[in-house]
Amino acid sequence: MTDAPLLEITGVGKRFGGFIALADIELAVQQGERVGLVGPNGSGKSTLVNCICGTLRNETGSVRFGGHWLDGMKAHERTRLGLARSFQLPRPFATMTLAENLRVPILYAVNVRNGHTMTDIETRCDELLRMVGLLDKAHRLPRDLTQIEMRKLELARAMASEPRLLISDEAMAGLSHGEVDDILALLLKLNEQGVTIIMIEHIMRAVLAFSQRLVVLVAGRKIADGDPQAVVRQSDVVEAYLGS
Amino acid sequence: MRNITFVGLLTIAAAVVFAAMLWVHNGYVFFAGYVVLQYIVLATAWNILGGYTGYVNFGVAAFFACGAYSTVALDKIWAPPLIVLILVGGVVSGIIGLGTGYLTLRLRGTFFGIATLALAVVAQTLITNWSFVGGSRGAYIIRPEHAPFLPLDYIQYLCLWMLILSVASLATARAIEHSRLGVGFATIRDDELAAEASGVPTLRLKLIATVLSGAFMGMAGAPLPYYVTYLDPSSGFSLSYAVNTIAMPLIGGTSSWLGPLIGAVLLGTLQQVATVTISSALSLLIVGLMLVGFVVVAPNGIIGWFAPVTRTRMRRLRGSR
Amino acid sequence: MAASLDISGLDAGYGAVRVLHQVSLRVAAGETVALLGTNGNGKSTLIRCVLGMVRPSGGNITLEIDGSRHELVGMSTEDIVDLGVGVVPEGRRLFPRLTVTENLLMGAFRRAARADITRNLEFCYEAFPRLAERRRQLAGSMSGGEQQMLALGRALMTAPKMLLVDEPSVGLAPLLVSRTIDKIKELKDSYRLTVLMAEQNFTQAIRIADRGYVIVHGRIEFEGTSAEELNNNELIRQFYLGA
Repeated sequence: MTDAPLLEITGVGKRFGGFIALADIELAVQQGERVGLVGPNGSGKSTLVNCICGTLRNETGSVRFGGHWLDGMKAHERTRLGLARSFQLPRPFATMTLAENLRVPILYAVNVRNGHTMTDIETRCDELLRMVGLLDKAHRLPRDLTQIEMRKLELARAMASEPRLLISDEAMAGLSHGEVDDILALLLKLNEQGVTIIMIEHIMRAVLAFSQRLVVLVAGRKIADGDPQAVVRQSDVVEAYLGS
Repeated sequence: MRNITFVGLLTIAAAVVFAAMLWVHNGYVFFAGYVVLQYIVLATAWNILGGYTGYVNFGVAAFFACGAYSTVALDKIWAPPLIVLILVGGVVSGIIGLGTGYLTLRLRGTFFGIATLALAVVAQTLITNWSFVGGSRGAYIIRPEHAPFLPLDYIQYLCLWMLILSVASLATARAIEHSRLGVGFATIRDDELAAEASGVPTLRLKLIATVLSGAFMGMAGAPLPYYVTYLDPSSGFSLSYAVNTIAMPLIGGTSSWLGPLIGAVLLGTLQQVATVTISSALSLLIVGLMLVGFVVVAPNGIIGWFAPVTRTRMRRLRGSR
Repeated sequence: MAASLDISGLDAGYGAVRVLHQVSLRVAAGETVALLGTNGNGKSTLIRCVLGMVRPSGGNITLEIDGSRHELVGMSTEDIVDLGVGVVPEGRRLFPRLTVTENLLMGAFRRAARADITRNLEFCYEAFPRLAERRRQLAGSMSGGEQQMLALGRALMTAPKMLLVDEPSVGLAPLLVSRTIDKIKELKDSYRLTVLMAEQNFTQAIRIADRGYVIVHGRIEFEGTSAEELNNNELIRQFYLGA
């Protein structure tokens, strides 16, 4: 049992031409934590996620995950290490059924680590679908799903790679009150199973209900990191949201 | 059905086809048959990349003609047996595929498609200026009269090899479909970003597809000089190769090995019949009309007509191995 | 003879995504009402519903203007603008390859506005001296602040009685935001407009608002009927930050 953080982000910076998207981001996430990441639109949350997951390359700083330096590692290699993400706009594999969608990470992210037989894979897909309540639609196509079902599929597919850390990117956007609670319950259950979760959201009540720690990004910089109730009362955080 | 069984069935079918061709006692069957079989290989090869991963190759001519021209070059030096020429053609075009892929597949978007277009032009220019293989004057290849070892005319021997290549390419395509590799290809086609996030090594898989596709096209081109006996760049790099090779899987259906087969047999036979009965210029018109018709009526090709676009691959994956 | 707006029980969204739930609000004649709340809560959707760009699935939007009442739900955007509703869209949405003058003239498309085109243009240039200096400059080459002024001017060219402003602060530096807000107040006074403004910058918006509604997750959670109510930081902070 180690005390080192599961995810360590040090001095990460990213610019697009003259625009500074991220500047000097420092963040450490412990094994099993529930971290909320918030900030106004354009604050750099998505850029940070993309840098952590390898879709974008950060120019400065480094990311360390489970003791491995991630610099230069491709996105699929990071997934194989146990770092998973869901996409803000769900991106299911449109020509595959739900079960087939879940099979992909099992075949490519998990099988690399330990050998699975076909029946194992099918069982695991069913398990995941049952967990998100989509087992009865296992052989349907993604286009037959409702908004919230697509979000659940997105999370299930991220879970299929058996991650140690899951980044949930605005999984609740556009959902109704009850649907938000649904996703919230799902994420809490996943955390109970041992998955460390970083939740990026705009729906503040959900973030506050979920997070043990709240991180606030504004204009590419981290301005707050700590107890959620204290952070939302911090003067610079209030100013960032209410304007100056 | 296991892959081995499939290969067995295909081989039997090929043997039956060959026996039928021999039985007909009309030499022309072999000349026409060679072209159709060649397109089966080309269409299947193209579909491994274009249909399965969604990366469209417009430079078919480059891969095909480089296979043909490596035969021309070797024939002038040493004239090795046909099997060697086929393998060399495969390796040469496979390497070209690897090179093109490595340079362009890391970039997202249409760079690959455009690069293949440019590749065809570049290859044709290089060959035209390479006097060793005849350049723009063309090259004459002597077609032997008889096949080595077997009691066949050489043209029948060429057909036999094309049948073997057809079986090989179809078997490869089907094996891919039923494997983890095929699942990976499909994710690249559906959503490359999500594929990467799911652990799929997309660049590596795209390169595999490009190499396999290019290699089979090169192998399809390798026997061509013996078939035509005179090869010049304008006919070797003819646009009709690219047009047909792309049209056939589109007409037959791109989601499985059966599509290119149906498309090649259907379109190829139609063109051969038209060439003989009406005129050869009509063959391109036929392609054009069929393409337009199919895009409107059956956008998923013939197999899309009879089966839904996605068959449950789970069942298929379980069945193999 | 100013305009007033009455919205009741509005439900709206985009396909499966439901954005507004039972939204009711009023903008009385001559008032400046602010729609407040963080991004993604439905402010812009509400403005689009009033303009006929999003068709609500339930509820009414009634505009009283020039002495007659109109039900806006179901009307086309052109017809709504024709009634006398001007709009400053989110992100300004100017015509980048047209000059300042041309952009302004495009604003006067409405039949009722064409008669006074020359006069309105002059009024515009008086209100915005910076724009007068740059009449022939292409809109796309101007700075963010200047573009915001141009968008405001263009809206005024319709000779509106009611002005809808959607997120005027987006993309502007803080100083320019302040100036823009000041300008809106100035124009509202001199043209005697009724204004409904969606704005995520709470502190700036309430400087000129008579009343404000805080929208959270598609519902009106709070109505501040006076400047004092809106200045209750603790309460407002809870709506914006959840606690």
